[in-house]
Amino acid sequence: MDKKLLQEKALEVRKSIVTAVHGAKSGHPGGSLSIADTLTYLYFYKMNVDPKNPKMENRDRFVLSKGHTAPALYSVLAEKGYFDKAELLKLRKTGALLQGHPDMKHIPGVDMSTGSLGQGISTAVGMALGGKISNADYTVYTVLGDGEIQEGQVWEAAMSAAHYKLDNLVAVVDNNNLQIDGEVSKVMSVYPIVDKFESFGWNVVTCDAHDFDSIHEAFEKTNEKNGKPWVIVQKSIKGKGVSFMENLASWHGTAPNDEQYAQAMADLEAIGKELEAK
Amino acid sequence: MADVKMVATRESYGNALAELGKINPDVVVLDADLAGATKTGVFKKVFPERHFDCGIAECNMMGIAAGLSTTGKIPFASSFAMFAAGRAFEQIRNSIGYPHLNVKICATHAGISVGEDGASHQCNEDIALMRSIPGMVVINPCDDVEARAAVFAAAEHVGPVYVRFGRLAVPVINDENYKFELGKGVTMREGKDVTIIATGLMVSRALDAASQLAAEGIDARVINIHTIKPIDKDIIVKAAKETSFIVTAEEHSVIGGLYSAVTEVVAQEAPCKVVPVAVMDTFGKSGPAKELLDVFGLNAANVVAKVKENIK
Repeated sequence: MDKKLLQEKALEVRKSIVTAVHGAKSGHPGGSLSIADTLTYLYFYKMNVDPKNPKMENRDRFVLSKGHTAPALYSVLAEKGYFDKAELLKLRKTGALLQGHPDMKHIPGVDMSTGSLGQGISTAVGMALGGKISNADYTVYTVLGDGEIQEGQVWEAAMSAAHYKLDNLVAVVDNNNLQIDGEVSKVMSVYPIVDKFESFGWNVVTCDAHDFDSIHEAFEKTNEKNGKPWVIVQKSIKGKGVSFMENLASWHGTAPNDEQYAQAMADLEAIGKELEAK
Repeated sequence: MADVKMVATRESYGNALAELGKINPDVVVLDADLAGATKTGVFKKVFPERHFDCGIAECNMMGIAAGLSTTGKIPFASSFAMFAAGRAFEQIRNSIGYPHLNVKICATHAGISVGEDGASHQCNEDIALMRSIPGMVVINPCDDVEARAAVFAAAEHVGPVYVRFGRLAVPVINDENYKFELGKGVTMREGKDVTIIATGLMVSRALDAASQLAAEGIDARVINIHTIKPIDKDIIVKAAKETSFIVTAEEHSVIGGLYSAVTEVVAQEAPCKVVPVAVMDTFGKSGPAKELLDVFGLNAANVVAKVKENIK
């Protein structure tokens, strides 16, 4: 794993997220920034994918179950070369390729249309089951929000993934502890997340969502196939990388104005300078 | 009628699935703890490795079906209409309909003819719900022969399909020469005075009504609309122009089903009077299916009455 490269890519992804949401004047920057490192790791290290052949039969699959953080997925896909980065500037606009939430019918690299919370993980279970039936050796990755796991369907899916012994399924719960109405623990506690998944028959690992060594260590563990699905509960910071957005629920679904955008980009440039100095 | 074979279309579904499984290895079947009732168990017996019981979790089942379809499988997902089209509506809409995935939602126990289980299980809203999803094909077969054909047509069609089957044994009115064409209505009986447009188990009842009307000198045309969406506009417009009015007959709510679909066509293209025989915006109730059909006016007698009330 080339940690420096991943850090540089993740920084570009963060800049794209903020730029796209600013351009759209709407969207979900907070939760996009909290998964930026994980998605960068998946697309630039972990997953077997080919942007020139997005439908490659034996590719690893990715389902963004927390579909509102589409800016993160789109930014990673653009960075990887699935489509022109200029598309990011048209996010959410009339006639744009990039819809407010992932649209598999039109956007290269998007493996499932998502946005209605709780549904993505079920489709990931279906993909993993399809892989098992066909004796294909791909892995299906899906990222859920911690607020999202309040949806009952998530637990239906969790039950079924363990029942079908889908060890080719890796779910990530992005635990930034914030949802629109406030702290997850106050709105409707989902804790203890680790114990819940363990009791549903999953292998559970935890990691720091903003440390590539920690992310790498967690995902390496998921290579072990032991008849149980994997979940990585990652401790993350909503709005990570943009000083004034960090740990604030109010940045769940708000776009930065011009002044805030300039500040956000300055914050990210500063991180870039630090990286260069290393 | 003593010599008419009676088969519930859910039986036809199970048998057709098992037959289809032999010629199409991509077909997989999902159920939600109702394999015995929906008859997907017939497929399971032959292809246990291609049948997945998702347990009592219909929403997750629809998602799994969506995911499976992206890997090249042709999933047939089954439950009762209430829990397939009703409970899992949003999953069907967002995970299957919006991405236009190749999933076949085959729901049994539709309508009042569920019988004794009563209103909680009698789904009279499924056609309305499924019809409202862009790109969804909606089929409501009338008998054993048509139900089998519908299963094969659904498998052949690329994209989401909803097929509606019943619990009650119904007369087999088509023979082995019957050709099913998706989206094409079938003129079951020619007539020039009035047209009865029926779907599902009401088709045989409409034919009975036409025979009774003939005895009274009224020449009724009977059209079977098995594909509610996309609907055969031509056959409806032709009927609207050639006969004085239309009576629709369906085992479904008067809101959003066949009555709505037919009136939507004629309102634009050939305005005429359309009179419904349907579940009139009310919930069902418990009782033997055959009795309930009479209680709710879903019988030949009511079709006859509607024709006679409105004929000039």
